[in-house]
Amino acid sequence: MAVMEMKEAINQALKEEMIRDEKVFILGEEVAEYNGAYKVTKGLLDHFGPKRVIDTPISETGFTGLAVGAAMMGLRPVVEFMSFNFSFVAFDQIISNAAKMYYMSGGLFNVPMVMRGPNGAGPRVSSQHSHNVESLYSHFPGLRVMSPSNPADAKGMLKSAIRCNDPVIFLENELAYSLKGEVPDGEYLIPIGKGDVKREGTDVTIIAWSRMMSLAKAAAEELAKEGINAELLDPRTLKPLDMPLIAASVKKTNRVVVVEEGHYFCGLGSQVAESIYRDLFDYLDAPIQRIAQSENPMPYAANLEAATLPSVEKIVKAAKLAAYRA
Amino acid sequence: MATTKNVISSLTKEKRVELLEKMLVIRNFEEASIKSYQQKKIAGFLHTYIGQEAVGVGTLSHKLPQDTVVTTYRCHGLYLALGGSAKEGMAELYGRVTGCARGKGGSMHFFSKEHNFLGGHGIVGGQFGVGIGAAFKSNYDEDNAVSFIFFGDGATVQGTLHETLNLAALWDLPAIFICEDNQYGMGTACTRAIANTDIASKAEAYGIKGYTLNGMDLHEVHDRMGEIVKEVRATRRPVLIHMKTYRYFGHSVSDAGQYRTKDEVDSWKAKDPIQVISRELIDSKGLSEEEFKNLQKKIKAQIQEAVDFADESPEPPAEELTQHVYMDMDEAGNA
Repeated sequence: MAVMEMKEAINQALKEEMIRDEKVFILGEEVAEYNGAYKVTKGLLDHFGPKRVIDTPISETGFTGLAVGAAMMGLRPVVEFMSFNFSFVAFDQIISNAAKMYYMSGGLFNVPMVMRGPNGAGPRVSSQHSHNVESLYSHFPGLRVMSPSNPADAKGMLKSAIRCNDPVIFLENELAYSLKGEVPDGEYLIPIGKGDVKREGTDVTIIAWSRMMSLAKAAAEELAKEGINAELLDPRTLKPLDMPLIAASVKKTNRVVVVEEGHYFCGLGSQVAESIYRDLFDYLDAPIQRIAQSENPMPYAANLEAATLPSVEKIVKAAKLAAYRA
Repeated sequence: MATTKNVISSLTKEKRVELLEKMLVIRNFEEASIKSYQQKKIAGFLHTYIGQEAVGVGTLSHKLPQDTVVTTYRCHGLYLALGGSAKEGMAELYGRVTGCARGKGGSMHFFSKEHNFLGGHGIVGGQFGVGIGAAFKSNYDEDNAVSFIFFGDGATVQGTLHETLNLAALWDLPAIFICEDNQYGMGTACTRAIANTDIASKAEAYGIKGYTLNGMDLHEVHDRMGEIVKEVRATRRPVLIHMKTYRYFGHSVSDAGQYRTKDEVDSWKAKDPIQVISRELIDSKGLSEEEFKNLQKKIKAQIQEAVDFADESPEPPAEELTQHVYMDMDEAGNA
């Protein structure tokens, strides 16, 4: 086991998969000579050369569309969005082309591509650079959506995403790129659609992904001090959800908090909650609590930014409500 | 900008008959589809290629097996020009499982793996990326393919064209951008939508060659495209072609085309490539009246067979609804 940062683990995954399969290439803004806006692709140009590590112009529709066509013809592109906020510029290519191609061609053309990059709030970057896109992309059949919470998961999940024959939205997080963690030595894969219990508990299940899992971990420590033993469940893949894992946890704790960084209305947490109500209603001892970003664009001011985002305090409070310990 | 010149056709008699036959297949297929639409056998949108046959047939006669083709929702003509099965095409329009996209794509989304036909696409300008992606793959794998990217005049003012022209020129992608300018983006005349209607001149902005061709003239399309395709295959530089053509019917079957005068439509029909080529062949004794009639009869029968095949084909079974959403399944069979 080596301890490394999230961005190094992602870099390792890219490198290993590019060595394994020469059809894999990466393209995006500043991925090559600049070594990546967040250094995720550091060293890849030196290792693989400009044929397979490609700097693009600022032209998201163009290069995302190019990746779809290349994937239809058998290549395996990894598109880096410098930020998923910029994926909106390519939205039609992602939805109308990448997500629909396999179906509307009656199974003739699949699109094996990964679109990856940071999702969610950066530090003090205001309204247009802070979107959480998981609920948007999870809405459309044809896409798979994954979002790791730690370096080891990031590596194993991205390797599976690159080997997937369908388009995958792979959501990283700028504030988590420097998060450190142990990463197993050697080759390993984390299957798409498999979640993970990050902390065993008995009193309440906190479901959280990506950077929210770090907050949930801190909340669980606070709750433990007050005698509440929280179970932390990371779905890892957001579409499809690992419902068997969620069911096992809910049957054990009977109480649920869903934490997401995105907005409350139509946030992915509402789907998680609905799936639990639908399948596990009789196992619930309390209404499901949801923590999400409030219904306003991201403000710049530090106090307002803190107020709109989920926090350890908000999670603790919600867990107590769910556990009837408020 | 490169200029066009009158060409002395290089088409042999045999080749001329072959291309005439392809144009007739398209014309008859589309006429049959309109009839079936009126009989409510086909629903949704139906955009026919009638009038534009010389563009697709003349251009794609230069396609090699490794080349790729992508186009708009007006896709039946190119699919047939490539040799796509009329039976499977008609079955697709009928929404049957025997269709070229298993009845899931419909009129706007014909595909053929065998011919590297990367689809009809329903969003104006949405297909450019797919086309340059195929050209990128050709360079990546060094397979010497070129990518034919067809689009309408309406798409010339979408940003996607300009992003992909830039990328193709920047990266030397062997992409042949072919604008089928049928004069109207739905009901809006080009002059009311495009600030500069000299489409080929836009090539200059990207440092590539642009050509304007008479899309009603099969000889010109065939011969000039032959040279152009050869050049792109060798140089790997993209080109932009402006094909002036016309659709005889409305934008789709629901469009009566009242924004055009009868005189205007008739003036284009007077240049009809099927009429011109068949007359030429008959006059030059390349084809007797009798042989031409037999050819027409043969194709009519072939299309009738396609209609019957479609009509008799089963609808997709219920389980098709959720098939082909994802390719990969997990151990439990879940996508």
